[in-house]
Amino acid sequence: MMTREYPRIGETVFEEVLDNGLHVFVFPKPEFGKSYAFFATRYGGMDTRFRLGDKWLDTPMGIAHYLEHKMFDTPDGNALQTLSAAGASPNAFTSTDITGYHFECTDKFWDNLRTLLTFVSVPYFTEESVEKEQGIIAQEIRMYEDNPGWQVYHMLMENLYVHNPVRNSVAGSVESIAEITAETLYRCHEAFYTPSNMVLCVAGNVDPEEVCALAREILPGENKPAIPRDRGADEPREAGAPYSERTMAVATPLFQMGVKVRPGEDGPAQLRQRLLGDLACEALMGSSSPLYSRLYAQGLINSSFYCGYSDDPGTAFLIVGGESKDPAAIRDAILAEADRVRAEGLDEGLFQRLKKAAYGAYVRGLNSFENLCVSQARAYFAGQDPWTFPELYDGMTRQDAEAFLRDWLRPEHVTLSVIRPEEAEE
Amino acid sequence: MLPITERTIAPGVTLRAVQTNKFKTSTLAVTFLEPLSEETASLNALLPKVLRRGTRTCPDMEALSAALDDLYGGSIEPVVRKKGEVQCVSFWGSFLDDAFVPPGTRLLEPAAALLGQIILDPAGDGTAFLPEYVESEKANLLDKIRGEINDKLQYAMACLRRTMCAGEAYGVGRLGSEERAAAITGQALYARYQDLLRTAPVYLYYCGSADIDRVEAAFRSALAGLPEGDRRAIPATRLVEAPAGEVRRASEAMDVTQGKLVLGFRAGRRYRTLEEVARATLFNAVFGGSTNSKLFLNVREKLSLCYFASASLAMTKGVMLVYSGVEFANFQRAEEEILSQLRACREGNITPEELEAARLSAVSSFRAALDAQGRLEEYWLNRFFSGTDFPPEELAEAISRVTLEEVVEVAKAIRLDTIFTLTGKEA
Repeated sequence: MMTREYPRIGETVFEEVLDNGLHVFVFPKPEFGKSYAFFATRYGGMDTRFRLGDKWLDTPMGIAHYLEHKMFDTPDGNALQTLSAAGASPNAFTSTDITGYHFECTDKFWDNLRTLLTFVSVPYFTEESVEKEQGIIAQEIRMYEDNPGWQVYHMLMENLYVHNPVRNSVAGSVESIAEITAETLYRCHEAFYTPSNMVLCVAGNVDPEEVCALAREILPGENKPAIPRDRGADEPREAGAPYSERTMAVATPLFQMGVKVRPGEDGPAQLRQRLLGDLACEALMGSSSPLYSRLYAQGLINSSFYCGYSDDPGTAFLIVGGESKDPAAIRDAILAEADRVRAEGLDEGLFQRLKKAAYGAYVRGLNSFENLCVSQARAYFAGQDPWTFPELYDGMTRQDAEAFLRDWLRPEHVTLSVIRPEEAEE
Repeated sequence: MLPITERTIAPGVTLRAVQTNKFKTSTLAVTFLEPLSEETASLNALLPKVLRRGTRTCPDMEALSAALDDLYGGSIEPVVRKKGEVQCVSFWGSFLDDAFVPPGTRLLEPAAALLGQIILDPAGDGTAFLPEYVESEKANLLDKIRGEINDKLQYAMACLRRTMCAGEAYGVGRLGSEERAAAITGQALYARYQDLLRTAPVYLYYCGSADIDRVEAAFRSALAGLPEGDRRAIPATRLVEAPAGEVRRASEAMDVTQGKLVLGFRAGRRYRTLEEVARATLFNAVFGGSTNSKLFLNVREKLSLCYFASASLAMTKGVMLVYSGVEFANFQRAEEEILSQLRACREGNITPEELEAARLSAVSSFRAALDAQGRLEEYWLNRFFSGTDFPPEELAEAISRVTLEEVVEVAKAIRLDTIFTLTGKEA
């Protein structure tokens, strides 16, 4: 077992690799009453085409999320209820690249960890139980479809990407999930829910050795090789489409603007690019920037405005969004500001303050066990050490941020998606 | 135990502080407690937004942001909350703890000072707010009120409250109404501001590594300009014990694919003391407040009647809401099933397993509140505005003592008042 200390941020991390390939990370938190466990597989909404044995399989859109729902079924009933009955708050999520199961509790941690490791590693469903879930997931999908915030993001992804499966909705559609069978779900579980493709992260007042011992006892011993996946043809550098819009029952138009960025090299370079991308974005249009003040004063944006850098395997983009009467004017103003920065550069004082603020925001995030564990899991899958951020910030200069903006803030990389209010009837 | 210490800073100005090294950040919050009313709700909601625009030293958002960035990305956010019939107007500050900034740097004092400046020293000439700040924040507030329609569930719940509690302050939304907000003038807002500073009870809260003396000194210095006034007592919330008569129904059609069903109940009484809150909390967990609840297990899981179904009880108001997302075809059945689950609670038809599972989740929820700064602040605000001071550990302890009979008593007092449905438009 390896112990790493991060004195600047007051964290200690234990790391162990089991013989079956499972990586275990533990954050000891002796002064807390609650504990949190996160068990995740590197398998998400974008992984619909993959090779199992010598055959390429095409699985329906939304299947990773469907599998997540069905994993809670156990021979004794339902793991969600087992965990809840033991006082834990369990949940799960499926994103484009990972599926994670987690619980938080203040009591019976070991019973709950045993339940978590067991239900996620042992699939148990029948054609009937899979069929029954269709209604529930269809309702969930309808709920998303009614949500303007979800729609505007979905449209943005479809605009930005031409081939990459991140453009698909993680939950799939009511039609696509109708094709899902118990047989396919078992195949997907076999392919991706193997310890070597998974990670277990725990934060709380627990003994790391005991966490590993329980994982060894419950999980399969075999260390299987990775499954090849197909994530579509290479993406063009430019955004796929510059604009899309639709109407929904909203009061004020809702928009998102995306700026397609080439993802950094796998590993630490990607983490550095994410921190830098966020900083550059803040410097250009974040709440401390001159542009933000101007747009706010003009009434073009309000406090719902946000911006940041986002990446998934094979993709990276800046995302800007909020409510606005005139989304196109915001896009144009951002591009014009990028031109100005290209010519005049960023303000050094602003950049240094933003670095302090970004560091502070990162440390602040460590209050959350969920954030600690999920960040660790994602970083592990991406080959990064997320707790090196103080040093990465130390090494970042204004010129780095300027270069980032110069490379990517160009009209051909930009797209806009807009939800407009329905026209008044009568 | 995370002990809380209380000090009176001035008449009507109370400080409560929790000292701990657990967190990376410290929280400091200033809350003015106003009676919720149709006339002032929008003014009170707008006020902190305008104040947050700039101070005399940091006259615009860029300058304010720069000051906050310099404090390692601290935040000071206006927060307006509705607690029973009290409108809580807060500034919520969060700053890195001194342990995580370069040695010798202290953030508490400058953070409190900035908070004080925002509240007491707004940009302008000292007799009015800057008109452009009032106008643009007013436009934002109007957008926000109009935008309440975007979250269909929250919207449906607000419609229910408005219908059920028409004529009661509880029917007034957290941000007030579009009409009132549209009519706000800079003059009226500044007058409201002066009045609030002089008359509203003030609640100061801190959670972090500093000791109470240092916290008190920081707040005292930051709020030195707070006028000495004759502050009101904490506003009361009016209890309506029983429904007025027949069950009322209201409905609205909208372009949605999933319907919302909201049922409003009168709880017959309020729940305030340690034992009372413990009983009501456990009842709520059994009925609809957790994934072990009757609503979740039966209406959602067993019958697949809806995507979610939950209940929440407003303790000081004595109002319970059940809310769910339902397919249009299932409105009737979902309603019947929700009421039949309540009947089961009333008849004591609760298995030992159901009771214990609900108890565990309720107890955990309060224990876990000790580990999250946001929830801790919310917990202590709930205590403060209801005039109590029992800590989360004691509440968790009290919940573990509640009996089945006591849960049934809570259920028996509950009466259905109003039903609201959000339906789809005819194709």
